[in-house]
Amino acid sequence: MAPFYACNSPEHALSRRQFLAGAVAGLGGLSFAHMVQPAAAEQLRRMQKRVLVIFMAGGLSQLESWDPKPGTNTGGPFLDIATSVPGTHICELLPFTARQMDKIALIRGINTAEDEHGRGAYIMQTGRRPQPAETYPHLGSVAAKLLAPPTSALPGYIHVTPSGSSGFNRQDAAFLGPRFASVTLADGNPPANLLRPPTLTEQADMERNAIRARLNNRFAQGRRSADTEAYTNSYDQAAQIMRQRAIFDIGREPAHIRDSYGSHEFGRHCLLARRLLENGVTFVKVTHSNYDTHHENFDFHIEQLGEFDRTYATLLDDLAQRGMLDSTLVIVMSEFGRTPNINRTMGRDHWSRAWSVALAGCGIRGGAVVGRTNANGTAVTDRQVHGGHLFHTYFRALGLNPNRNHYVDGRPIPMADPTATHIPEVLA
Amino acid sequence: MRIFPASLVPWSGLGRVNPVRTRMIQELRHNSPLLSCRFDPAGRFVFAGAQDNSIQRWELANARKTSLTGHRSWVRGMAFLGTTRKLISGDYSGRVLTWQLDADAPTPEQTIVAHRGWTRMVAVSPNGRLLATCGNDNLVRLWNPADGTPIRTLEGHTCHVYNIAFHPGGQFLVSGDLRGIVKQWDLARGTEIRSFDAAVLFRHDNTFRADIGGVRSMAFNADGSLLACSGITDVSNAFAGIGRPVVVLFDWRTGSRRQLLRPAANFQGTAWGVGFHPSGFIAGVGGGNGGALWFWRPDQPQSFHALNLPNNARDLHPHPDGRRLAIAFFDGAVRIYDMMP
Repeated sequence: MAPFYACNSPEHALSRRQFLAGAVAGLGGLSFAHMVQPAAAEQLRRMQKRVLVIFMAGGLSQLESWDPKPGTNTGGPFLDIATSVPGTHICELLPFTARQMDKIALIRGINTAEDEHGRGAYIMQTGRRPQPAETYPHLGSVAAKLLAPPTSALPGYIHVTPSGSSGFNRQDAAFLGPRFASVTLADGNPPANLLRPPTLTEQADMERNAIRARLNNRFAQGRRSADTEAYTNSYDQAAQIMRQRAIFDIGREPAHIRDSYGSHEFGRHCLLARRLLENGVTFVKVTHSNYDTHHENFDFHIEQLGEFDRTYATLLDDLAQRGMLDSTLVIVMSEFGRTPNINRTMGRDHWSRAWSVALAGCGIRGGAVVGRTNANGTAVTDRQVHGGHLFHTYFRALGLNPNRNHYVDGRPIPMADPTATHIPEVLA
Repeated sequence: MRIFPASLVPWSGLGRVNPVRTRMIQELRHNSPLLSCRFDPAGRFVFAGAQDNSIQRWELANARKTSLTGHRSWVRGMAFLGTTRKLISGDYSGRVLTWQLDADAPTPEQTIVAHRGWTRMVAVSPNGRLLATCGNDNLVRLWNPADGTPIRTLEGHTCHVYNIAFHPGGQFLVSGDLRGIVKQWDLARGTEIRSFDAAVLFRHDNTFRADIGGVRSMAFNADGSLLACSGITDVSNAFAGIGRPVVVLFDWRTGSRRQLLRPAANFQGTAWGVGFHPSGFIAGVGGGNGGALWFWRPDQPQSFHALNLPNNARDLHPHPDGRRLAIAFFDGAVRIYDMMP
């Protein structure tokens, strides 16, 4: 559904400043207008809430990560290990993460009841079950709209993928409009053809852009829509990316920082994510591929989590040392978990009935564990939650009110599934 | 070339076997999937490592079953120290345990913390004086099997070491890793002599960003002139296990690849076990879309006989009588097959 901004309805103006009521209160009752004075700008920047999603594509096994069941018929070959939180054990494949457990909250009682990749990913990225009549925006698009500073010129939602092609993905934003769509950086590279060709002088480029802007303005008079705005905005963002392309160059990081993240793809992408967040991008999703281990689940989890573990632990530590962790919500999610049953080729298949997500950072009570599965991990036995509960929790952690509405052509659409509530045990 | 003690060479009891007549003669069941199987050198028992962390022992004459408990993870590697009637087993927690193999109720006698990460295979030298282990710390380690003291660490692999085998001559050990690099080690000096290229057993699947393959089984023929390494090749989808079983056959003298042995019929999966019969043919088992047992001649790339198995096969071991085979299955059974007409 494409929003029609030219309607000038007051509802669509519902924006970041309205959702940030809590943040304003935290500044001693100053109004938003006062906050954006230059003297308060730095404070606002430091208060800027951000989100980093690490998407374990294909479906991370909860048994080989957050909810191990060693010594059971479903437990697999790995042992569990103690963590920095007394009484909390995770899989031995995560030794570095175990030391950061006091920063991490585990939700072990997830039942999303959806075992298909695309639909599972949709639930985890929108907080809603797929419905034929409505498409909901990604968490990243909501964050881009409600958390990104009005002055931010960089895209609000960036997705770093291991492969594919770079570009804009308007469908992610759904009814929020293409301005809040994600920008994919394939292997961390900015979209191609952003740089001015050598044959085009800077002066000629400026004149060309000025002509384009005049034509855009003329066209927009009376015909302004989300699409025309997004079109214009994409040029502005492209120009910003060109000007700030050094942000994408992790080679500018000190060698010891690059080493600590790891030289592999996932390490480089997480370091890039930190640089993007540090430089004003509101929401970054890093995809780690791949966990769809129908065959040789255990060998593949050794390999994949061998990359994930140290990088994730380093990332949390780095964010904390830079003073960013308190304002950055870090979510480790998949589209679902994996079957407790071990199949005939030593794989695990798709399993959404009892699995886990890890949260850290902004608004999260580190060390919390909520939800429980039975002895061999086949079912949730305590505090079962679904995607709706997760989204309520994310929004609360970010200081947003999940019970407010988006408005599309005057029609209210709840920000989060109104049948669910947040998970208070994991909130600080 | 020295003469080898008959008890240390699989299938050394030569008989007029006919692989084409192979049939199941005994089914021994456990209630957990099995990963590995070995006959003891006297051929009285068959042992199997299970996914419940146990080793199961069956006495072949009466099918009496005994559970050996003490491992903390799955057991894939088992070997025997015939002189002292010890079973030596390695698990995926990295530990190696020793047991009195014919005790009424064997208990662990000795524990060696052999590797960081999985211990993937154990092997005992032909003269019984060396125990070798390999694992996920990219190392091959040599031990005194009598007391578990370390003798030497062989470094050089750059990824998980999946398998090891002593050359029947006793001077050399070979080790094969995830990427299909097979190294020959001089045991006296602890040095790498040469490497064999079994990279056909490895692929990096760029779609899934993952490595797949490895030397899943390894065996020498009786006189040590041939080395067989088995696994999966032609992988088109790592995470669905879409690939073909294969055995890479090397000429020991030249180090060159002599043959790629493949099933004659279409089969998707991994060749989990391989072994030589002293009369010259090679047997292999696989699992994937079912289970199969194949027989090859060293000079022919396609199997001359195959037997569909009732379930996914995960390991193969020859009985010292030269006529029987043990095969470990996903469905929890060890099935004994007879090759005598």
